[in-house]
Amino acid sequence: MHARADAPDTAPNWPDDIFATLQRFEVRQVPYVPDAGHSKLIQRVLGSSTMRGIPLTTEEEGVALLAGAWAGGQRGVLLMQSSGVGNCINMLSLIPILRFPFLTLVTMRGEWGEFNPWQVPMGSTTQGVFELSGVKVLRASNAAEVPAVLEAAAGQAYNALTPTAVLLSQRLIGAKVFTK
Amino acid sequence: MSKANLLDRRQVVSTLLVNRKDVVAIGGLGASTNDMCAAGDHARNFYLWGGMGGAAMIGLGLALAQPKLPVLVITGDGEMLMGMGSLATIGLQKPSNLSIAVLDNEAYGETGGQTSHTSAAADLVGVAKACGIKDSRAITTMAEVEAFAKAIHDVSGGPRFANVKIDSASLERILPSRDGTYILNRIRGDLGFQPI
Repeated sequence: MHARADAPDTAPNWPDDIFATLQRFEVRQVPYVPDAGHSKLIQRVLGSSTMRGIPLTTEEEGVALLAGAWAGGQRGVLLMQSSGVGNCINMLSLIPILRFPFLTLVTMRGEWGEFNPWQVPMGSTTQGVFELSGVKVLRASNAAEVPAVLEAAAGQAYNALTPTAVLLSQRLIGAKVFTK
Repeated sequence: MSKANLLDRRQVVSTLLVNRKDVVAIGGLGASTNDMCAAGDHARNFYLWGGMGGAAMIGLGLALAQPKLPVLVITGDGEMLMGMGSLATIGLQKPSNLSIAVLDNEAYGETGGQTSHTSAAADLVGVAKACGIKDSRAITTMAEVEAFAKAIHDVSGGPRFANVKIDSASLERILPSRDGTYILNRIRGDLGFQPI
């Protein structure tokens, strides 16, 4: 039904870089909402013996889950798409109140060669929503900068308790193209 | 949805927690958090004053992180209805040490007593069962509460879910700490984790 265009290669390595960083930071719980941009990373997590992939019914569940994980001594990371950030807004209030390490990796839609106009409103406000909610935003626009951005983000989230979102740009992931 | 034998919420919660030993308990936003405090403040009490709908997921994250510890979520029908999808997530993960008790007065007591969906249509036990939580009980007697309180300590027998029909009396508020960082770090400290 759909093919991916504008993606430099069909099996990108940057999800492996992300996985390696999460392993190094001893991330254990990985809540996610199924998402094409994160599909390779999700596969790596589900195949891992040290991480637990936890499919959610809505993204806000993941914010609450990570608070509980930290209370129990484990680190986690929330994987979602830009459209899911809007589902989290009230639950993001737990982060400054409880002061737990929060890291989320967000695959972007609606910002680079988007085909579907319905993705544009949330894609355009994702960064602003995070910033208004007290979450710092870092961005990776190409595969080469993914390792450094992930290292910085995980470091400040887990070591400095600075809630951080990494936006994985649509240019990095490749715009989704629907063909008949 | 019988109206008979409606139970006293404070008596239910104090029975659930009376011999709590190492249980970590999460109270949902609203009166259930006050009920937990009324049963006795405890280093392993996680009081929610916000994040409505998140109690069961906090319980799941904690239960997965500490699989040998009994984790008990005590929340209200309104809070559970808001996080109903989390029952599907829990049903999929099947954390054997997690128990959820819903104090169901069929009303939003904090906001003026508006009737909730459980008063006429929603059957939370049915939802929990249909989400894969096999041990899902409807509780209307104190004997059943006592049995559930014992079951909580079996960390290989869950997940389990109980919907407890309580009366809608408005009780004096017993307010726990509102300092979230203190509450969370007190739990971590009691579990042996150092501050960063």
